Amino acid sequence: MNLLRKNDLIMLGLSLVIFAILQVLITTKVLTSFWELNLIIIGINVIMAVSLNLINGYTGQFSLGHAGFMAVGAYTGVVMTTFFHLPFIVAIIAGAVLAGLLGFLIGLPTLRLRGDYLAIATLGLGEIIRIVIMNLDYVGGAAGFKGITHHTNFAWVFLIMLFTLFVIKNFVNSSHGRACIAIRENEIAAEAMGINTTKYKVMAFTIGAAFAGVAGCLFGHNFYIISPGSFTFLASFNYLIMVVMGGLGSITGSIAGAFVVTFISAVLAPWPEFRMIIYALALILLMFYRPQGLFGYMEVTSMGIFRRIFKRGHES
Amino acid sequence: MGTMLTINDINVFYGAIHAIKGVSLEVNEGEIVTLIGANGAGKSTILRTISGLLKPKTGSIQFEGQEIAGMPAHEIVKTGISQVPEGRRIFAEMSVLENLELGAFTRKDKDGIKADMELVFERFPRLKERIGQLAGTLSGGEQQMLAMGRALMSRPRLLLLDEPSMGLAPLLIKEIFTIIQDINKTGTTVLLVEQNANMALSIAHRAYVLETGRITLSGDAKELAASDEVRKAYLGG
Repeated sequence: MNLLRKNDLIMLGLSLVIFAILQVLITTKVLTSFWELNLIIIGINVIMAVSLNLINGYTGQFSLGHAGFMAVGAYTGVVMTTFFHLPFIVAIIAGAVLAGLLGFLIGLPTLRLRGDYLAIATLGLGEIIRIVIMNLDYVGGAAGFKGITHHTNFAWVFLIMLFTLFVIKNFVNSSHGRACIAIRENEIAAEAMGINTTKYKVMAFTIGAAFAGVAGCLFGHNFYIISPGSFTFLASFNYLIMVVMGGLGSITGSIAGAFVVTFISAVLAPWPEFRMIIYALALILLMFYRPQGLFGYMEVTSMGIFRRIFKRGHES
Repeated sequence: MGTMLTINDINVFYGAIHAIKGVSLEVNEGEIVTLIGANGAGKSTILRTISGLLKPKTGSIQFEGQEIAGMPAHEIVKTGISQVPEGRRIFAEMSVLENLELGAFTRKDKDGIKADMELVFERFPRLKERIGQLAGTLSGGEQQMLAMGRALMSRPRLLLLDEPSMGLAPLLIKEIFTIIQDINKTGTTVLLVEQNANMALSIAHRAYVLETGRITLSGDAKELAASDEVRKAYLGG
């Protein structure tokens, strides 16, 4: 327990150093606004990937509707700031609550389904959310929601990303998290151990959806307009790819996956015709040589890093 | 020694298939009772119905006077029934220790859990040697021991064992059955489902013979083992 806390503190310290360096680079314009934007998108994608990983990787429930919850968070958020002139943080909380509530309501009936049935159901529900928004004139319909005040910046995204990682990491390491992993490993055995499988599946789904709402709210306030077209099932697939690429059941993996996928698209932006080819090739190669993802179930911890450095130093 | 578990005239269906047809049986406190029968007779179905993984359409199941038919499985565990599922179903990507900890999921008494963990390690020293190893990398026999140890971690008064001999070498089967006897002697009532009728009858007090969803014979295990009917059908002559 003590070790865990120490680990957390070191990681927090490291993250804040990274944050400070990046923030300085941004304010001194060493990093161009193009890269600042990409850092923001990486942060949002990390939140999306980690929250999806809680559902797909840790609890083993194959969800394909994550962009739908992101859309709920985004639209709730922009309505709060634009129509009701509420502070950004209130909008973020409202987005999380509404997306989480929807996750709960959707999860309760659909999580009885297994495997591909659940995937199809969540895919459909994600699309339903998008189509409902598209037909709501109140939020601009298919043309999108215009006139949003720009609130999202690197600091907001980074700090909220840290908060998300902290919450999900602690959830996964708690007895609730153990229950979720047990469900992934063997649902019948988990039930036989006295784990209320429905409760924990819905719990993971709700938390995952709530953080997708948070990410959506950050995403919504990053541009001056949002449209339902940003939340299609292709977006859900994209987040799933990040999770699978990084490793189902590894938080470090989801961070890496979100980073790699976003970085590749950013670097290849000038050559859009090659982008999808290289992207697809990278995925095929990964699945051939490392089907468990970049990290598998492994986590990178500060203690692990130190131990490794220390060992290396010892040998040389 | 009173009656611990009473099953009264249960009917269980898989969709349209009538798997259990009006089965009644009793398990008394302190006994080893075995349920034997051929493939597809419904042995595992009965166990899964007791533990709540399946719901009977009609009939009652009483455990220590409490009606448990239709209760969700995670609630039934709390009443003191624990199941070692068929095919072991251990949590492969978790360590031996984590598997055992999950066995105590319904309990909050940390000291009691610790003490029971020690008891499990005493009973299965090999699990202690492999405490940090991923459960999926254990041998078949070790996995069976882990599944049993995990079930004991909820401190059950009634232990349901579903085919503990499945896929194990004869020597290991003997070891497992000796352990089942030990568990019973230290005060846990056992309901054992087995295809290996010989082994099961050798350690059980009483037995029920199941044929296509119906109980056809029941009685003292030694007497059943000696009866011609059982010998011909299940003991190979």
